[in-house]
Amino acid sequence: MIMAKKISILIVDDEESVRDSLFNWFMEDGYRVECAENAKKALSILESDHFDIILADIKMPGMDGLEMLRRIKLLKKDSIVIVMTAFATVDTAVQALKDGAFDYVTKPFDPDDLSHLIRNASKQIALSEENEVLKANVISLENVEDLVGTSQAMIKVLKQVEHVAQSDSSVIITGESGTGKELIAKAIHSNSQRKFFPMVSVHCGALTESLLESELFGHEKGAFTGAMYNRKGRFEMADGGTIFLDEIATISFKMQVELLRVLESKRFMRVGGNKEISSDFRVICATNRDLKTMVREGTFREDLFYRLNVVNIHIPPLRERVEDVPQLVQYFIRKYCSSMNKPLISIDTAALKRLEGFDFPGNVRELENMIERAIVIGNGKDIRLKDLPIGTEAAEPSVESLDDHERIHIHQILTKYNWNISRSAKALKVDRVTLYKKIKKYDLKPASR
Amino acid sequence: MNQPSITLITFGHFEKDFLERVVEEVQCEYPYPIRIREGHLDLSEFHDAARRQYNGNSLLKEIDSRFSAESLKTLGLVSVDLFIPILTYIFGQAYLNGRTGIASLYRFSNEHYGMKKDEALLLDRFIKEVNHELGHTFGLIHCHIPTCVMRSSTYVEDIDQKSARLCASCRGKVRHLP
Repeated sequence: MIMAKKISILIVDDEESVRDSLFNWFMEDGYRVECAENAKKALSILESDHFDIILADIKMPGMDGLEMLRRIKLLKKDSIVIVMTAFATVDTAVQALKDGAFDYVTKPFDPDDLSHLIRNASKQIALSEENEVLKANVISLENVEDLVGTSQAMIKVLKQVEHVAQSDSSVIITGESGTGKELIAKAIHSNSQRKFFPMVSVHCGALTESLLESELFGHEKGAFTGAMYNRKGRFEMADGGTIFLDEIATISFKMQVELLRVLESKRFMRVGGNKEISSDFRVICATNRDLKTMVREGTFREDLFYRLNVVNIHIPPLRERVEDVPQLVQYFIRKYCSSMNKPLISIDTAALKRLEGFDFPGNVRELENMIERAIVIGNGKDIRLKDLPIGTEAAEPSVESLDDHERIHIHQILTKYNWNISRSAKALKVDRVTLYKKIKKYDLKPASR
Repeated sequence: MNQPSITLITFGHFEKDFLERVVEEVQCEYPYPIRIREGHLDLSEFHDAARRQYNGNSLLKEIDSRFSAESLKTLGLVSVDLFIPILTYIFGQAYLNGRTGIASLYRFSNEHYGMKKDEALLLDRFIKEVNHELGHTFGLIHCHIPTCVMRSSTYVEDIDQKSARLCASCRGKVRHLP
């Protein structure tokens, strides 16, 4: 291990001969050494200067070494303190170690023991520093790996993620289905101070009101038919971490009221329970709907909207950042070739060009499915135009809600008939007014190419 | 002080041949004339009855105050067991970048460790210790190069692992002293 810097040692002992001996010994080893004849002076030195290792006698007039150790630990928690004594007892040794001493030695000690002691402490310092650097590196990379894209739009999103991760504010992530809202939520969580606690995801759109209530708040045994056991809710599970509420726009008015109350007090009761539970969590929501419009229309509570929408991150649809398509294609090829244990393949120019020109109503998720399918059915060498479902059959967007299916289907029909409303309405077997309402509802627009 | 020199002062009996060999080896490392002289000190004043050893700190201070003025560097050679208050024993010690050091023969004999007498090994170890302590007086700190005489040694086995020579880097520092 290479020591990156000169180790500094503070010797605290009331005996001058001991201070001198240690001073000379450590100076010969090339350390930066300073001495203090009592605990008071040592603490005063430590207030203005940093020392990597503090070597302190236990028995000193005035404040003893153990009291000094406790004060040093309050001042600088990570300090390495080695205590020395001429009168060794198991009790003092145990107490010193309990109070955070790195080691405990009995005077006089062998020169070799002293060298070992300092070497071990130096290693510990180097490891701690190395650990800090590695941690910082890991944190900066964590979960950003899946967020592929170098377009201006994605760079803006990533900068927002980096910025918002440092705060504890509520976040609403907006964007069409398949743009990667949950990945952004994970990136925020993984780069925040809450990263060592769980991120709990709830897909609100997939649950009925009563199930969602039980899922979020938990329930007590016997609270309803089938509640055989006590169950922790997601808010409880997210204690210390982050709760991610996907498809927040789909929750009922009653649940909106409940949610607002919990967000304001961070306290709630399990379904069927009578004990208040508190939980410290950060909330991140996601939606593909325009919540502001919903507030105007009266379908989403304004107070809840403002509570949640402290920060808004909008992820642009893939069609608005086509420059990211080649990079995403390469990323998914690597991902699926690796998971299917296949040799790495490439994509031919025509196929890539076609993908770059595609509308991707299902966004990145749709592109991912296309690449996965192409690798499965392809010739194992490269992805060709005929391996892609574009133009021959409709890509199957992996969406779950009925709204998403409706939106994607209407968008595909409109695209097919060049946004001719009459022909599209006829194909959809609805009247033109209904189609206009749907276009407005889903905020559909012709692709800008 | 006329010409800068290094003086090795013996306190107690040392064989003449033994000392001449030490001088030869020290001469190889330090570019100054080496002189030998006998010193007269009552070592019993430094004896610690409780530890049955001799206090290296006090002895070093005494030699520094009484014998160091006449040479550039002075090294006291003794054959008694040295200690400093915090350590159970020392082979020697010196003032870093100072004028004085001390080196003891006591712990270098094989017999001390219950092994067969080996005069050559004793001499070899002592030469290394003398060169090591003199190095400290020239401002050298412990060196990480395994063969360099300035490598820290806390056991005689450590001393046997290194050479009696300074590494190129340490030698360079001594040669380029003002």
